[in-house]
Amino acid sequence: MTVAAQNDLGGRPEPRSGTSAAAGTVAVLAPWYERVPGAYWIVGFLLLIMPLLASDFTLFQIFGWTFILGMIALSLMLLAGYGGMVSLVQMTVATLAGYMIAIFGTSAITGISLGWPWWITIPLALIIAMIFGTAVGALAVRTEGIYTIMITLAIASAFFYFTRQNYVIFNGFSGFNGVLPPKLFGVDWRSAKAFYYLTLFWAAVSYFVVLYISRAPFGLALQGVRDNPRRMAALGFNVFAHRVAAYAFAALIAGIAGILLTWQSAQVSPGTGGIGPVIDILVITVIGGTRRPVGPFIGAFIYVILKTFAIDILISMGLSGDRFQLLIGISFLLIVFFSPDGILGLWDRWNENRRRDPLTGQAVVREGGET
Amino acid sequence: MAARLSATGTGNALELRGVTKLFGALAAISDITLSVRPGERRAVLGSNGAGKTTLFNCITGDFRATQGTVRFFGENISEFSAHERIRRGLRRTYQISLLFTGLTVLDNVYLACCGVSRGRFSFRRPGRNDALMSSAEDLVRVVHLEDIRNRVVAELSYGQQRQLEIAMALSGAPRLILFDEPAAGLSPAERSELIEILTGLPRHMGYIIIEHDMDVALRVAESVTMMHNGRIFKEGNPAEIEDDPEVQALYLGRGHE
Repeated sequence: MTVAAQNDLGGRPEPRSGTSAAAGTVAVLAPWYERVPGAYWIVGFLLLIMPLLASDFTLFQIFGWTFILGMIALSLMLLAGYGGMVSLVQMTVATLAGYMIAIFGTSAITGISLGWPWWITIPLALIIAMIFGTAVGALAVRTEGIYTIMITLAIASAFFYFTRQNYVIFNGFSGFNGVLPPKLFGVDWRSAKAFYYLTLFWAAVSYFVVLYISRAPFGLALQGVRDNPRRMAALGFNVFAHRVAAYAFAALIAGIAGILLTWQSAQVSPGTGGIGPVIDILVITVIGGTRRPVGPFIGAFIYVILKTFAIDILISMGLSGDRFQLLIGISFLLIVFFSPDGILGLWDRWNENRRRDPLTGQAVVREGGET
Repeated sequence: MAARLSATGTGNALELRGVTKLFGALAAISDITLSVRPGERRAVLGSNGAGKTTLFNCITGDFRATQGTVRFFGENISEFSAHERIRRGLRRTYQISLLFTGLTVLDNVYLACCGVSRGRFSFRRPGRNDALMSSAEDLVRVVHLEDIRNRVVAELSYGQQRQLEIAMALSGAPRLILFDEPAAGLSPAERSELIEILTGLPRHMGYIIIEHDMDVALRVAESVTMMHNGRIFKEGNPAEIEDDPEVQALYLGRGHE
């Protein structure tokens, strides 16, 4: 793979220097650590030393939550950005995984929770989440566009009402509280620093796996299916199976995030997967942008900041604090109005303009340096 | 199994029996019966709207035929979906290039190689000695695009895109390839390159080619099928077709010498 490998198949090729593409045979590659863009080193380093800089509240509530929501939005980005399928069921998959660790593992609801050890409950929860995600996918990929959104929203609402009314398994309205992570290696994983690193680790793993498979046969074919399903069938790809497989993989990411989310709040209830949170995941993904896997994390960060501080801002302006949803809604409208492809789209356009000569509008060729 | 083979008997690469495709009340093709031997090179001629591309779509499964059976090396593939037919060794190109324009030449061919291999669901990026990637490199060489293999497809000339289409149709182990007007829009120089590529294919790869340009069609094909208004009008070898007065009146027009 050369540097000319793009992020989106159908997109316009970005005005790159062209030197790497025209060179024909690729010369000896630099060692991998020199090929990793500088931005990765800086962001990675900052995230690693964050516990030295930030308060426990910031680590646990802002970053922990950002990474978790970012992972759920990432699973939607995989489906929507690479697969062209907007699924509203990702938050539901996450909630289901959370319920599963509460039901099979330990919680304060001892009448229902089975108290199995973590090394059974976690894989079991993920497998059940994947089966559920795959089943929803098999149903949803028969539809296109707005109908995919409608059918997944219908499933998400059905799950919400079912968990609220079922007391035998899901404990109805109140759900489960006291769902705590195992004290593995003697660490309290709900302490701010430990939880920060736990969520950072899984967010980074999901991010890099999604980034990696975007250029592997599975990811390439998924983008091919998005752009031209008929052509992909004529190349021997089973379009249906490929789309369903994407749902299964997205469900795995959402499932991991769902378990972390349950540990963070130590509880899971119907509201965790309610219609509001389901829509929020879509909002996060759209705010961030679906072109690249980093978008959902940017969107999640903005969302968490707004959700956490909107009340303070409103009160300081003399307004009622319970109107914070209004502020989130307005920000969403503004971003979508100015950049339909989210913050990533803004960033890309700014980068492109920066590379143009301000007088002639011609693209200026620069050596390397860009990500 | 034996009964089924003896029923088809002939051991043809492709055998169509009474294939009809209706779009509402309109019959795009009707009652097409056609057989192609293994390794045979056949041209399909006909004016616009004669049903040539519809015939291709019914063979590859892009559309399901309304009536009739399609057999591929003795196997009844009439009910198969497109990808199942492709995996059995059928390939096609499209009249309008359907390429992944954001990807490089090599990646397009690589994707085609993945489609007909077990690696199509692989989560692993191709490594340095990847078998699929090296077969993709070989195919890029077959169609003379090796110098621009890392170029993004959107930057390619029209003729180069047509050549890339052919490379993608050669992926895996094709037994019969359907070329839908590969020469359309090509310059004379590109046409002779195309003829060179087609005639240079291994002998066991049969193909059917839709072509408006008689010069190209008659040079790359051993047999010719003429279509008119969705039916087969004439079959024969190139010389017979060229000299046939009915064909000349219908298709070649008065100006053709």
